Amino acid sequence: MTCKSSFVYSDALLDYHFHSDHPFNQKRVLLTKELLESTEQLHQDEMITPRKATEQELALFHDHAYIDAVKNASNGTLPIEKGLEFGLGTEDTPIFPGMHDAASYLVGGTLTAVESVLEDKTEHSLHLGGGLHHGFKRKASGFCIYNDGAVAIKYIRKQYDLKVLYVDTDAHHGDGVQWAFYDDPNVCTFSIHETGRYLFPGTGNVNERGIKEGHGYSFNLPIDAFTQDESFLHIFEFAFKEIVASFKPDVIVTQNGADAHVLDPLTHLCATMKIYERIPQLAHELAHQYCNGRWIALGGGGYDIWRVVPRAWGQVWNVMKTGSPVKGDIPVDWINKWQPETKVTLPSYWHDDESIIPNIPRKSEITDKNEKVLMNLLKYTRSST
Amino acid sequence: MLVEEIMNTDVVTLSPTASIREALHLLQKHRIRHIPIVDDDNYVVGIVSDRDVRDASPSILDKDSDQHVLDNEIQTIMSHPVVTVHPLDFVEEIARIFYDEEFASVPVVQNHKLVGIVTEKDMLYTLIQLTGTHVQGSQIEVKVPHVPGMIPKVTSIFGERNTNIISVLVYPYQNDPNYKILVFRIQTMNPNPIVQDLRAAGYELMWPNNIPEPKI
Repeated sequence: MTCKSSFVYSDALLDYHFHSDHPFNQKRVLLTKELLESTEQLHQDEMITPRKATEQELALFHDHAYIDAVKNASNGTLPIEKGLEFGLGTEDTPIFPGMHDAASYLVGGTLTAVESVLEDKTEHSLHLGGGLHHGFKRKASGFCIYNDGAVAIKYIRKQYDLKVLYVDTDAHHGDGVQWAFYDDPNVCTFSIHETGRYLFPGTGNVNERGIKEGHGYSFNLPIDAFTQDESFLHIFEFAFKEIVASFKPDVIVTQNGADAHVLDPLTHLCATMKIYERIPQLAHELAHQYCNGRWIALGGGGYDIWRVVPRAWGQVWNVMKTGSPVKGDIPVDWINKWQPETKVTLPSYWHDDESIIPNIPRKSEITDKNEKVLMNLLKYTRSST
Repeated sequence: MLVEEIMNTDVVTLSPTASIREALHLLQKHRIRHIPIVDDDNYVVGIVSDRDVRDASPSILDKDSDQHVLDNEIQTIMSHPVVTVHPLDFVEEIARIFYDEEFASVPVVQNHKLVGIVTEKDMLYTLIQLTGTHVQGSQIEVKVPHVPGMIPKVTSIFGERNTNIISVLVYPYQNDPNYKILVFRIQTMNPNPIVQDLRAAGYELMWPNNIPEPKI
């Protein structure tokens, strides 16, 4: 099965760069693109260029005062105190020249992906520069300046009036997008993430179900630190299928953060490439079953940019385009090109070697705990079906 | 933190001569569990809980029950005298009253007049604010010797990394009086540099801790 898909890319996406020691590094997008080219999975005619989001489009979600602050920060005229009020100039989101333009391109890339799918140019579209789910209405946070997912979903609601299911598999809670649509019954948000007990942002409890009209349209699956593939996939698949069947969306937007992997330095989940093969397959399958194929996939977190992210994101494209993940060797030319830039050894295969899987003494308790969260999550959804 | 900062000033009250029926109606309408009973001068003369009212009501299983019992005056079933608190009391102090007396709410009285009410729920909400878990942050737990000067030493590491602290809690360490656990919630998505600084400075972390290899 081959689906018509588009891959949003431009070197402008790499300008979203805080500083060289910052864990958020968009070189990931370039590494993924080149990996896919080396694998001969991605060709020039499948790539589309991101446009820059306009200020009016940003204002679909963000406050004008905040957009002005980012613009001032971009040219160095924002006072330090004023910046901190908007979360700008912190360790997480430091100020850098041109940050407004760089962040506007990321949002624009997601809008480009939306248009590709909803104007029926392609069935699916992938924008790995997007997925910045922590951005708030008037506050930068968690490496995110503008929240492209929230802006794009507002845009879908306004331009196309479709019901949107947002599925967030980043290891951090997709809080910015959740709060943006917390009272909206036409946008259903579903986030699976490491419990906020220790990990940023701390929210995303199972009892955050939405308010007012939107009650019952916000789903959170907070899983235990050290969760591994089997438990992750079992509860994610179960919940995703139930949610999509009860909500019946017109379009699916996925945020494909790749930081639940055992090698990721920022989180405490212990997944392997197995979940990054299965997650896009599920989204792909359900988008065809419920949404006429309409599926927009975004990037997100992912801080092992050499060993994890290029493969995890590469598989999103592989599945989008062909319906199944690629197996076997990583092309030697890709390894040879990039190995000199890093001290870690680049992977030789698309899959992970079993030796990287740690032994987790509490595995059965963790599995049991995650099951309980799943049942709690679906206790209203299931009784109504 | 003072009681006046967390109390609810919009209090539903009844006079001692009101009927039990009225009390039942108010409890249901406002979805509350306690009604202070006040006289004409707004002095608190008693309090009734939803349980007091239910105990005095006929059973819902008894179809032919005599509903006239609901016409009795509320003062016949109210509890008195009432334990009250002052707006300038500390929240920490009144937590003790909730715990010891097993109350679920206390009226707040100033110059003998009712000015507010604090419920168990208000107390728990305040606790959530104190832990800082309602805002974005990452958690770090440090085990330190129970000697003067430890908090400034540890927090200076956060300061050097220009990272805001959302909340600080000090827990006992199991039953060992020689140590304390400092729990910080800090405003960053990437606590790793701080975690490394803390380890380099020789601190023992309770979290992040038992992360298997190859994680940091």
